[in-house]
Amino acid sequence: MSKVAGIAVLLAGGLLAATLCFGAPASPSQIPSIFKPESTPADSIFRLSLLVLSITGLIFAVVFSLLVYSVAKYRRRGADDGREPPQVYGSNQVELAWTVIPVLIVLVLFLATARVIHSIQDARKPSGAIEVIAIGHQFWWEFRYPALGVVTANELHVPVSDPADSSPTFITLLSADTDHSFWVPRLAGKTDLIPNRVNHTWIDPHETGLYLGQCAQYCGIQHAKMLLRVYVDSPEQFDQWVHEQKRPAVANGSVEEGRQIFETTACVNCHAVSGTVADGRFGPDLTHLMSRDTIASGAAPNTPDNLRTWIQDPDSIKPGSLMPAMKLSEKDLDALIAYLETLR
Amino acid sequence: MSSAAFIRNAAETEWVLPSRGRVGMVSLIAAESAIFTIFVVAYIFYIGKSLSGPMPKDVLETPIFNTICLLSSSLTIHLAVRALRNARVNAFGLWWFITMVLGTIFLVGTGREWQRLIFEKGLTISTNLFGTTYYSLVGLHAFHVTVGLIGIVLAMIFTLLGKVEPAHSERVDVFSMYWHFVDAVWVVVFTVVYVIGR
Amino acid sequence: MSSETIALTTIGEAERPIGERLHDWVVTVDHKKLGILYILYALLFLVIGGIEATILRIQLIVPHNHFVSPEVFNRMMTMHGTTMIFFVVMPILFGFGTYLIPLMIGARDMAFPRLNAFSFWMTAFGGLLLYFSFIGGNGLYGAGAAPDVGWWAYAPLTSRAFSVGHSTDFWTLALLASGVGSIGTGVNFIATILCMRCPGMTLGKMPLLAWLNLVVGGMVILAISPLTAAQIMLCIDRYLGGHFFDTQAGGSAVLWMHFFWIFGHPEVYILVVPAFAFVSEIVPIFSRKPIFGYPIMVAATIAIGFISFSVWAHHMFTVGMSSYGNSFFVFTTMAIAVPTGIKIFNWLGTMWGGKIQFKAPMLFCIGFLFQFLIAGLTGIMLGAAPFNWQLSGSYFVVAHFHYVIVGGILFAVFGAFYYWFPKMSGRMYNETLAKWHFWLFLIGFHMTFDFMHIPGILGMPRRIYTYEPGRGWEFWNLIVTIGVLFQIAAILIFVGNLLWSLFKGDPASSDPWDAWTLEWSTTSPPPEYDFATLPVVKSRRPLWDLKHPEDPDWKYE
Repeated sequence: MSKVAGIAVLLAGGLLAATLCFGAPASPSQIPSIFKPESTPADSIFRLSLLVLSITGLIFAVVFSLLVYSVAKYRRRGADDGREPPQVYGSNQVELAWTVIPVLIVLVLFLATARVIHSIQDARKPSGAIEVIAIGHQFWWEFRYPALGVVTANELHVPVSDPADSSPTFITLLSADTDHSFWVPRLAGKTDLIPNRVNHTWIDPHETGLYLGQCAQYCGIQHAKMLLRVYVDSPEQFDQWVHEQKRPAVANGSVEEGRQIFETTACVNCHAVSGTVADGRFGPDLTHLMSRDTIASGAAPNTPDNLRTWIQDPDSIKPGSLMPAMKLSEKDLDALIAYLETLR
Repeated sequence: MSSAAFIRNAAETEWVLPSRGRVGMVSLIAAESAIFTIFVVAYIFYIGKSLSGPMPKDVLETPIFNTICLLSSSLTIHLAVRALRNARVNAFGLWWFITMVLGTIFLVGTGREWQRLIFEKGLTISTNLFGTTYYSLVGLHAFHVTVGLIGIVLAMIFTLLGKVEPAHSERVDVFSMYWHFVDAVWVVVFTVVYVIGR
Repeated sequence: MSSETIALTTIGEAERPIGERLHDWVVTVDHKKLGILYILYALLFLVIGGIEATILRIQLIVPHNHFVSPEVFNRMMTMHGTTMIFFVVMPILFGFGTYLIPLMIGARDMAFPRLNAFSFWMTAFGGLLLYFSFIGGNGLYGAGAAPDVGWWAYAPLTSRAFSVGHSTDFWTLALLASGVGSIGTGVNFIATILCMRCPGMTLGKMPLLAWLNLVVGGMVILAISPLTAAQIMLCIDRYLGGHFFDTQAGGSAVLWMHFFWIFGHPEVYILVVPAFAFVSEIVPIFSRKPIFGYPIMVAATIAIGFISFSVWAHHMFTVGMSSYGNSFFVFTTMAIAVPTGIKIFNWLGTMWGGKIQFKAPMLFCIGFLFQFLIAGLTGIMLGAAPFNWQLSGSYFVVAHFHYVIVGGILFAVFGAFYYWFPKMSGRMYNETLAKWHFWLFLIGFHMTFDFMHIPGILGMPRRIYTYEPGRGWEFWNLIVTIGVLFQIAAILIFVGNLLWSLFKGDPASSDPWDAWTLEWSTTSPPPEYDFATLPVVKSRRPLWDLKHPEDPDWKYE
C-alpha cells in the first residue's frame, strides 16, 4: 500500500511544482478578498469570521489529531495474535461530554453571530448618508441618486466615510427582471436584488480607491460579466463627480450627424441621454457615458474601438447580452461614435 | 457453522409487526400531506395580494351541500368497511355504492362551481393570484378525489361481479384510509379558502 | 444445516438465451436485481456527470477562455448538478438500500416489490427525459435545449419570459418523474423496515443501516413532496398562465426559494445519511469492534432527520430576511452540528482500541471521516449568517458542498462498493487496483476541492462561465482543474477494477470480511429467495453470536 501511495504522491507533487511556476501574481489592491475589509459591514464580518475560524480551527486540530492517533495506534500489527480486541459498546460519560461541549460551542457561536447580524442589518441610517437606488438588470446595474438627481450605470461612486463623521452610502436594491446579487467583498457582504421586493444594504468605505465586485446570483447567460466597480472618492472628488453627472448631456454641434443617427435609430428605445429626446429605460443611461472607465458593465474598457465593436457586434464582447447588433454602415458608425465620445 | 441461532422456536413469544399495507398507506398520506401543505401555504401567503381582478368575497359561494356530501362519504365508507369485516357483503355493497354517489356529487358540484366562476365571474387560473391559488388548491384536491373515486368505482365493479369477500376487508380498510385523508384535506381546504380567505 | 447447501444451483443459468436473461432484468421485482440496476444506472450517470464537470473545469482553467460558449457552459453547469444529485447519488444510495435492507433484516424482499420496480423505472425514465433535452431545441448544437437555469431553477428565471423554449420544462418534468420514483422508494423503505424484520429483530436490534434508511425514508416522503408541489406550480405558471412566481403579477420569487429549500436542505441529508450508514457498517468490521454508542447513533440520526427540516433558509441568508429570521436559521443550523458531530465522535470511538485493517472499504471510510469533519466545519462557517453574506454564491460554497458530496458521500459509496461487491457479485475485487483508486482519487480530490475554497474567499462567484484576470483567481483555478485529471484516472481504475473482477476475480465466500450482520450468512451472491429459512436473532450482531457462542452479544446489550 505504501508503494502505491508513494508513487501517486510523487506524481501529484511533480504536477503541483510545475503549476507553481505558472502562477501569475495579481496587484493586491484589485483582489476582492473578504479578508481585506475596508468598510464597517465587511469589517464586522471579518471579525466574526476570525472567531468562527478560531473555534472551528480548534475543533479541527483536536478531532484531526484524535483521528490520526487512532488510525496510527490502533492499526493491526504484523505480529497480531488474531484475537478480537475488547468489545466496547459505548460509554455514557463520554457521550455526555461530547454532547455538552458542542452544545456550549454552538451557543457561543450563535450569540456572537446574532449580535453581528443585528449590528449590520438593523443599523440606523444617519442623516449624512448618501442614498442610492440600485436596480439590477440582465446584465447591468442601474444606479440612481434620487436626492442628488443623478442617474448612471455600472460604476458606483460614493464618498469615503470618515469613522469620526460617518457618511455611509445606503443602497436600496431592486430588480427589473430576475434575481441578482450585489457583492463587493471588501465593502460588505452580498445582498440580493429580487423583483417585486425591496432590499437594503449599506457601506461606509474607510479608504478611497476602486473596489471590484460582480453579480453573485445566477441571472442568465451573461451573469458572469455583470461586473461592479465602486469608486470611493474623497469628498471633493465626489462632489465634483455629482456636479458633472447632474448636468444634461453635452451639446456639441460638430457631432450633429451622429446625434441624428442616435435619435432616429432604435437606440432611443433603450437608452436615455438627458436633455435630448432619448429616454429609453431598458438599457443604461448614456448621458455621461464617457465618464465611465468601462462599457458593457465592466466587460470591456471604454475605448472608441471597443465602443465600436460593442455597437456593431455585442456578441463578440458579451455573447447573449440584450444589446442588439445595430448593423450600421461604417460611415454611420463613425458618426455615431464621434457623437457618443462627446457624452462626457 | 452451526445455525443454532437460526432455528425457530415455536414456543417463543409471537412476533407481530405492523401490516405493510397500513404502514405504506400512512407513508403515502404523509407524502401527500406535505404536497398539500405547500399549496395551502401558497394560498395563505397570497391572500389579499392580488393586484387586480375578482376577490374571494366577490365570487365565492360556500359549498355547504358539497361539503356535507363529501364528509358523509367518510361515514358511509366506514360503515361499508365495517359491514365487510362482519361478512355482510350486501350491506357493504350498499354503503359502498352510497359512498360512490356522494363522491360523485362532490366532483360534479365542484365542476359546476368552476363553471360558474369561469363563465359568469370571469375567474380563471390566470386571472390573478387568487385565481391561480384557488384553482390549484381546489383542483389538486379534486384530482385526489377523482383518483379515489376511480378506486371506488373499480371496487364497485368487483362487488357487482360478486368477487369481493370478507377476506378482502383489510385491503378495503387500507383504501378507506386514503378516502378519509381526502376528506380531511377538504376540511382544511374549506377552512382556508371559504372561511379564512374570504 | 447451513444455508450454503440450499443455494440455488446455477447450472443451466449460463445456457439461457441472452434475450431471456435481459428480459428477466427488465421485468424483475427482485430487490437484489433492482438494487444492482439502480447502482449501474447511477455509475453510468456518474461518468456522464463527471464529463460535464470536466468541461466546466477546462473552460475555467484560464480567464476569458473560449472552450465552450456561455450557453453551453450554463447548460453543463445545470446538468452537472441535476445529474449528480438526482441521477447519481440518490439512485446509488437507493440501490444499496434496496439491495441490503431485506438481507440485513432477514426478509426475502422489500414490502412492495412491484412498487420497487416502478420506482426504479420512474427514476430511470426521469434521467432519460432529462438527457433527451440535449436533442431538443438546436439539436446537438449548443447542447440543444438542456436546462440552463441552475439546478435550483430559481424564479423568475424559469418563467416563460426569461426561459424561452423547453429547457426548464425538461428540468421540471424529469424531476417530477424521478420524484415520484423517490417517494415510492421512501414508502418502501419505511414499510419494509417496520413490517418485515425477522423474528427477534426488534427496532433496537436492527443494523444501523436499517435505522438510518428508515430515517431517510421518512425524510424522502416529507422532503421530495414540497419539490413536487413547487414544480407543479411552476408548470401551472408556465403553461396555464398561473402567477405563483410571477413577480409582475404580485407573485414572489422568494416563495419559490422557500419551497425549493424546504426540499433542498433535507435532500442533502437524504444524501448523507445513507453514507453515514455505510460508514457505520464498515468501520466496526475493520476495527473489529461493535459500533460505539449504538443508541446514541440512532438518537442522533433521528435528531438530524427532524432538525434538517428547520434549517432550510440558511440557503437564503442573502435574500433580505429580517435579522430575527436570519438569527433563527443560524440557531437551527448550528444546532444540527451537534448530533452530526456526535456521530463523528462515535466512529472515532469505534476505531479506538480496535485492530484496524486497511482494506479498501476502510481506507475510503477513513477518508470520509477526515473529509466529512472538514466539510462539517466549513458548514458551520457558512451557518454564521454574516460570514455567509460573504461566502455564499461563491466558490467557497461550491468547495464546501463538494467536500460533503465527493469527500464524504462518494468516498463512503466507494467504501460500500468494495465492501459489498463480493456479496453482490460472488467475486473478490483486486485490492491493489482498489488502493490505486483510493490514493489517486484522494490526491485529485484534495487538489481540486481544498484549493477551491480560496477563489471563493477572494471574491469569485459561482456559476460564471468565465472570470476576469488580475483578481488573483487564475492560479487557484488552474490547480483545481488539474486535480480533475487525477480523479478521472482514479475513476477509470475503479470501473476497470469492477469489470475485471466481475469476470476474473477470485470467487468470494459468503463472509469474506468475517462480519456480523445477516447478509453475510447468505451465499455470495445470495440465492433469489435470500433466506431458505427466515433467521431468528437475539442481538445486533447475530453472526458474532454464532462465531462466539461463549461470549454472545445478547449477554451485554
